[in-house]
Amino acid sequence: MTMGRGPDEAPLLRVEDLRVEFVSEDGAVHAVDGVSYEVRSGRTLGIVGESGSGKTVCSLTTLGLTRHQGARVSGRILFEGQDLVTLPEDELRAIRGNEIAMIFQDPLSSLHPLYRVGAQLIEAVRAHRDVSKAKARERAIELLGLVGISDPARRVDDYPYEFSGGMRQRAMIAMALANEPKLLIADEPTTALDVTVQAQILALIERLQRELGMAVVIITHDLGVAAEMADEIAVMYAGRIVETASAERLFAAPEHPYTWGLLRSIPRLDAQRAADLTPIPGTPPSLINPPSGCHFHPRCPYAQPDHARIDPALEPVPDDPSQFVACLLETQVRRRLWQQLGAGDTPEQALAAVGLPSGDEAGAPA
Amino acid sequence: MIRYIIRRLLWGVLSLIVVAALLFILFRVLPTGNPALLRAGRDPKPKLVKEIEVALGLSKPLPVQFWDYLKEIFLHLNFGYSYYSQQSVRSLIAERLPPTISLALGAGVLWIVAGFGIGIVSALRRHSLWDRAAMGGALVAISAPEFWLGLVFLYLFSSDIGKFKLLPGAGSYVSLSSDPWKWFTSLIMPWIVLAAGAAAIFARLMRGSLTETMREDYIRTARAKGLPERDVVRHGVRAAVNPLVTLFGLELAALLGGAVIVETVFNIPGVGRLSYQAIQSADFPVIQGTVLLAAMFVIVANIVVDISYAYLDPRVRYS
Repeated sequence: MTMGRGPDEAPLLRVEDLRVEFVSEDGAVHAVDGVSYEVRSGRTLGIVGESGSGKTVCSLTTLGLTRHQGARVSGRILFEGQDLVTLPEDELRAIRGNEIAMIFQDPLSSLHPLYRVGAQLIEAVRAHRDVSKAKARERAIELLGLVGISDPARRVDDYPYEFSGGMRQRAMIAMALANEPKLLIADEPTTALDVTVQAQILALIERLQRELGMAVVIITHDLGVAAEMADEIAVMYAGRIVETASAERLFAAPEHPYTWGLLRSIPRLDAQRAADLTPIPGTPPSLINPPSGCHFHPRCPYAQPDHARIDPALEPVPDDPSQFVACLLETQVRRRLWQQLGAGDTPEQALAAVGLPSGDEAGAPA
Repeated sequence: MIRYIIRRLLWGVLSLIVVAALLFILFRVLPTGNPALLRAGRDPKPKLVKEIEVALGLSKPLPVQFWDYLKEIFLHLNFGYSYYSQQSVRSLIAERLPPTISLALGAGVLWIVAGFGIGIVSALRRHSLWDRAAMGGALVAISAPEFWLGLVFLYLFSSDIGKFKLLPGAGSYVSLSSDPWKWFTSLIMPWIVLAAGAAAIFARLMRGSLTETMREDYIRTARAKGLPERDVVRHGVRAAVNPLVTLFGLELAALLGGAVIVETVFNIPGVGRLSYQAIQSADFPVIQGTVLLAAMFVIVANIVVDISYAYLDPRVRYS
């Protein structure tokens, strides 16, 4: 799978068939189940999915942070040619916070409540640079200024509880940028913030990405955030990537019924007030006993009987080699369904229009 | 902050007055506690009792007596005189204070170091053999009363009656200034016995507290920054200590109670044994002096704990 410009340009991060399992009392949890993607320098990949789709575990594993939770990891995570899955802990530690940095969803609980913001920044600098405390402190003040905190020389001595939610996330970003990483992983960076602050934080990440030339992986359940930030988008469902495409392509011509579901469940300002949102029926599946065949088939309105049996592979879409989809429906059928949905049809009407039996009928014996 | 400290100190003084009042009621108002009767010897003539009552000021009305009593204690630091040795209680206590301070300080250090240390290692290696052994041992240490544990230690390790003659036994205490090494070795067993219960409780609390904090998001952040595991644990411990600090004052009071027993078992000439002897011989002024001293110590320690808590957790600021 290639996502991005020239195929000759080596990706910064290449994840190959990554699998992450956690042992629980009820059995192995297949949190990530064969995921592959690439990120190139200076580009942004959006990973989109519901809670529990494995998107966070994926990126925590990149930094080796699931090791402490007793995860079983297989596959490869190649960062500049080194496999992070097998890298010894101390070598991985030298990469964490240095070449790959991460920011998290809840900036309050992610900052240590009892250490000053400055002290936490100084620590981040000194974890990888052999500099004096005074030098690191100067750098901390500089970083706080860089992320737009006013009067950084004074605020550097504040405790996290003295910062607002947005400022805390700015401080987290400052900490992540302390050593000018090549890759920034942002895990739901705006989910815990007010809408107005969300936009500021996203703009800040974009600005810093331009200035520092970082690659960014942004993990979100919010397609709006992905549309705003990402060059390429990967849609995850039940531990797998079900569709991946450039951002423009994904919004203009989505191929996977799950992506349709995500798109159709976003409120739109230009839609009629009376027009109902269309939620995806059901709940995300158990990752201990995932559904057979296509993992999405129990919730898919277009599922056909054999979809419970056959496990679809992520394959390129015929006329766009940069778009990949894991769906058992014929490409032509999918596109007609999407057209019908765009014209305002319900899933049942769309199915009838393309001449397929609906989910209920398809399940019944002929 | 200053106002908070002053308020706490005033409350502390009030608590001391309440303790003094309780002692007064116990020893003067309740019929068994007539000091004149206790001093008059066996089968005294009523006239003699009357004379002693007048001499001790017991014939005055109770409120006046109480006022005089408070004045003596709080203004002149005079706790009266022992019924038996006729020495002033103040000098008796002052004489016995160094061994008790040696015992309590050493046990306090052992309590904190062993309690936190064992708790931290157990939290980081949960369900390991070490953890099971440590937590099992802690359960024993919590359940064992000091007098029993003290006797077991003497039976096992003391140089006179012990099975393994490793350490000086009961009655071997010497002052620090006369022979530091002997002072140290003679206190090893008392320190262990006195600290065991409190250390075990703190080890278990620390294990629980650190297990929780090591699951916090900020620990993940510390790892994501690339901090060495040692520093990651430091982040966890720093947050885990706070809930334990408030319990410190409570445990300290228990430690003082334990000191009375440990000093008696190991025959250490400290305030604890002084009070034990005073209780046995109904030497009320001495009991009163030692109880007031202990109450003052616990009150001051709790004020210190509360104030230090404000420094340990910046989110807590008393106003």
